[in-house]
Amino acid sequence: MNSFSYTRADDVATALREVAADGAAKFIAGGTNLIDLMKENVERPSRLIDITRLTLGGIRPRSDGGLRLGALATNTDVAYHKEIERRYPLLSKAILAGASPQLRNMATVGGNLLQRTRCCYFYDTATPCNKRTPGVGCSAIAGFNRAHAILGTSAACIASHPSDMCVALAALEAVVRVTGSVGERVVPFAAFHRLPGDTPNIDTNLQADEIITGVDLPARGFAEHHAYLKIRDRASYAFALVSVAAALEMDGNTITEARLALGGVAHKPWRDPQTETMLHGQSATRENFKRVAEALLRDAKGFGRNRFKIELAKLAIVRALSQASFKEAHS
Amino acid sequence: MKRIITLTVNGEPVEGAVEPNRTLLSFLREDLGLTGAKHGCGLGDCGACTVILDGKPVNSCLVLAVQADGREVLTIEGLADNGKLHPIQEAFIETGAIQCGFCSPGMILSAKALLDESPKPTETEIRTAISGNLCRCTGYQKIVEAILAAAGTAQGKEVS
Amino acid sequence: MRTEHIGKPISRVDGRAKVTGAAKYAAEYNVPGLVYGVVVSSAIAKGRITRIDVAEALRLPGVLQVFTHENSPLLAQSDNSYSDEVAPPGSPFRPLHDGEIRYSAQPVALVVADTFELAHYAASLVRIGYERDAHATNLNEERERAYQPRPREFIPPPESRGNAEKAFAEAIVRLEEEYSAPIEHHNPMEPFATTVLREENGRLLVYDKTQGVQNVQNYLCNVFGYSKGDLRVLSPFVGGAFGAGLRPVYQVFLAVLAARELKRSVRVSLMRQQMFTFTHRPAIWQRVALGAAPDGTLEAITHKAIAETSQFEDYSETVVNWSGLLYRCDNVELSHTVVKLDLHTPGDMRAPGAVWGLHALECAMDELAFKVGIDPIELRLKNYAERDQNEGKPFSSKELRACYRLGAEKFGWARRNPQPRSMREGNVLIGWGMAGGVWEAFHITADAKATLTADGRLTVSSATADIGTGTYTIMTQIAAEMLGLPIEDVTFKLGDSSLSKSPVEGGSFTASTVGSAVKAVCEKIRKKLFQLARKIDGSPLANTKLDNVRFVDGQIRSHNDSSRAVSLIEAMRHGGLSAIEEKASAGPTPEQMQYSRFAHSAVFTEVRIDEDLGTIRVMRVVGAVAAGRILNPKTARSQVLGAIVMGIGTALEEESVIDHTFGRIMTHNLADYHVPVNADVHDIEVIFVQEQDEAVNPLGAKGLGEIGIVGVAAAIANAVFHATGKRIRDLPITLDKLL
Repeated sequence: MNSFSYTRADDVATALREVAADGAAKFIAGGTNLIDLMKENVERPSRLIDITRLTLGGIRPRSDGGLRLGALATNTDVAYHKEIERRYPLLSKAILAGASPQLRNMATVGGNLLQRTRCCYFYDTATPCNKRTPGVGCSAIAGFNRAHAILGTSAACIASHPSDMCVALAALEAVVRVTGSVGERVVPFAAFHRLPGDTPNIDTNLQADEIITGVDLPARGFAEHHAYLKIRDRASYAFALVSVAAALEMDGNTITEARLALGGVAHKPWRDPQTETMLHGQSATRENFKRVAEALLRDAKGFGRNRFKIELAKLAIVRALSQASFKEAHS
Repeated sequence: MKRIITLTVNGEPVEGAVEPNRTLLSFLREDLGLTGAKHGCGLGDCGACTVILDGKPVNSCLVLAVQADGREVLTIEGLADNGKLHPIQEAFIETGAIQCGFCSPGMILSAKALLDESPKPTETEIRTAISGNLCRCTGYQKIVEAILAAAGTAQGKEVS
Repeated sequence: MRTEHIGKPISRVDGRAKVTGAAKYAAEYNVPGLVYGVVVSSAIAKGRITRIDVAEALRLPGVLQVFTHENSPLLAQSDNSYSDEVAPPGSPFRPLHDGEIRYSAQPVALVVADTFELAHYAASLVRIGYERDAHATNLNEERERAYQPRPREFIPPPESRGNAEKAFAEAIVRLEEEYSAPIEHHNPMEPFATTVLREENGRLLVYDKTQGVQNVQNYLCNVFGYSKGDLRVLSPFVGGAFGAGLRPVYQVFLAVLAARELKRSVRVSLMRQQMFTFTHRPAIWQRVALGAAPDGTLEAITHKAIAETSQFEDYSETVVNWSGLLYRCDNVELSHTVVKLDLHTPGDMRAPGAVWGLHALECAMDELAFKVGIDPIELRLKNYAERDQNEGKPFSSKELRACYRLGAEKFGWARRNPQPRSMREGNVLIGWGMAGGVWEAFHITADAKATLTADGRLTVSSATADIGTGTYTIMTQIAAEMLGLPIEDVTFKLGDSSLSKSPVEGGSFTASTVGSAVKAVCEKIRKKLFQLARKIDGSPLANTKLDNVRFVDGQIRSHNDSSRAVSLIEAMRHGGLSAIEEKASAGPTPEQMQYSRFAHSAVFTEVRIDEDLGTIRVMRVVGAVAAGRILNPKTARSQVLGAIVMGIGTALEEESVIDHTFGRIMTHNLADYHVPVNADVHDIEVIFVQEQDEAVNPLGAKGLGEIGIVGVAAAIANAVFHATGKRIRDLPITLDKLL
């Protein structure tokens, strides 16, 4: 780690002021991703502003029937929260499919949204990476890209987003609450993360002078019909090759609403709401699931070692939808 | 610039002056000589550095020492009670759950945090609780057996 | 034989130290004024350093020095000085020797500073310019360049017999397949580290993570010109090694260099990423051709292996010889060649050679069994070797038949439907597979020293290591047994170069090697005690011979009349001795060498595979092991369980992936290099098959560190075939290969 200065902010306004004053400053909360990136010299902040003492924790009901997750609520807080387990089990399962108890005890909601790709070239400063140093080239495109994206890639970057929690939040259509120097705004989850395009160095639409204060869950939690399916190279403590968050509303065997979010396949949790509507009014059959899977992956593109993920993603979608369509969901 | 931190380590108040880029792991090992928490990977990938921070197991290699200011830390050195081993420690020895010993402190502390919350865990709960602790020697089987055995001991104590 | 301690499931004597954090590993010795070194690794795979700018790093207050090839002092010049007990033929890598880059991430500088964090930060400020040369790191593309490596000690070169080519051509059943496997890294949980404590008189205490303190001491003395009195290497606790610590690792060189030049105590710990920058299990390509009669009788075996080595050393391991050993066959053609790549020299990793060789052979045997339509065990029994045809010797013992039988019974093998895809639950395909295993029961020479004090306490020592295997415990048991003392009264010391001579700890030979020395030195003490006991006035043992007494419960007792006894303490007191000290050396005898000495195993596995998604779970493993006498069933079972799980890693997960564009290993952390997690492990049973073996060595124990992993990858691959009908011959078997 480089040397840096450290301050602890006691309120949001101070935190914002401090971060605005120094272009190379960063917030630190759980630190579970930032610290390792600093150890690898990928991140070299001049100053860390510790926001863990801000009053942004907690999980509270909202007047619209939803829940608000404080930005500093830990992954453990969220995953084991009684209301989350009861009303948003998809979210709970997604969080528990990721990382480890130790990491979940430190990692926060806000930090999870901001975690960076686990692309091995991004992490290794001996190799070129456009996300780290724009313009030097992407080593993954012709390299070791087993973990990399197959959807929404660009010629500049094929990194994938590593989060499980965010895949569930995308399916649930959560809303990110953000505060900045110009005030508060809300960002629909789908608009929070970016595709790499020509600026793979920018992961999200959060501005430099903004801070995430919380994430709102809409009232509907799809508790009856959901599944989080994560496929990885070992049975735990591994990032997803492909993950699928499936959430359904059903009337008998007829699907009235379908949400599908994919993890491990794109620079952001992948949603395609237009294609999801193919399932509306359809019965829960393997054939229908296959059709939507084919459609969701129609534009997928592999890069050598990750080509298998196209087929795997389709199979995973079918499986997740099958699981979700049962009343007793498994994951 | 160094900052003064005060925290509780194994029940004792501790004060230290640390650079912001010193991790809690480094502070424990280098400043306090508490080398029971191990440096295994430095990146949160192995769990050898696990300590209990305010009641919860964390990777001390990913916590800055300055962030532990005002908080309470339990390391493996603080687990035995006046020389009397904790039932989990006893069980690790008795079942042969230790080989090289490098993962053992972290493994034991993850188990301790579990048994504090759930004194009679199922095997699945045990496996989840130690899912963030890698072991390269034992193949895990005896570690799970040890924690099950320790939970039995703890249970017996509650009854008596 | 009746025993008090040997063969008993005694808990690890170092257990308490390890569960309380009291056990100190190499990076855990703190002294005032200790400084910290951080290694800078090369960014390129081949070429040379054109410029190395350390000014910015040195400007940081608290940074003491940056060692590079430009300021490294003049050290020993001959290759011989850099060699070691385990080094293969060649020119060993010399850290900071010159500006040449021989492999990606080789050490190119050591930054030393007052704190670890400062050294780490300063290391990121060292600017290095390189001139790149074209590198070659892809074994499959370079196989044409394979050559016969210079032979390595203890690794018998493969010898062919008969005419396999002709016999294969004439065979009615023919099978010829290729198998491949990637580089693996040992990844013990403890990264390599050294703390050098510099005493006021300039002497160095080198706390190093190693499997051989004397090997490291010799190396350091040869390289730096220290006398053995001035440099002592200690390694009382080792956080796993699996072969990675057989040779001196570069951090010990760098730590001693810095301590010597700066006249300070120094610690150098490697980062996990740097655990991928020295030894490794080599990538390999193999071809096995089996010719057989329609009933499965083998008529020809051809086993050819091509593995990688570095540009500077010829590493080889025993890969193909097993194919001439395990089955009876008169026509065998074996070859093992290597290709020089721009990587570090590979090295021994748990059951080196056998893990790869038995993967290919035992998969091929499964393929043959399926082809001729007989049970895989039946095929193996039909071709069972009663004699070692490689060496033309009898086996000291070989209970492999019992391994097959008992393993199969425990597993329920008889219920197996041989047809692939015949067992399923819903969309889960179930497969059962088996394989055999074999590993050498080495025994080499070691020394031991023992001191019995007047209070009846015994201290025995030898400069071996306990890397988690249980050396402390079993040596304590052997010594306690020999002198009839309680375990608590016996202390075994190891991991200190000043102790009696011992080879490196490895090859599964420590139990037999150091154990035989411990036994021998205790025999000397027994003899002396017995003489003292007989000299006591009116001694109840006056007319007894040493052969007719037992040492038990702190006493020397007559076999015939247990009331006739003298306590050890009494014998010492009467002899007027405050201590008895003895030294002994023990090694293999010519009688032992008349036999081929091997441990054997049979491994049975059940896999469950998601038919759609290809995810594989190993639900059951039964490992039946015949390894002579089991000295401690508790530590023995641990060894085999752990080895089986490492075998699951080999079969399904472990791969050090090289990006050949950069010639660099990219999975250099524990998130990307997958070792098994506990969720990968389900039901594992270990059976120790009784094997009486008086001939193998004085202890009758064959060693257990390695046999447990041999055959696991093949058993899993064969189970995957049984489940899916697909033969995946390229390890690891990841789900994409099944889609």
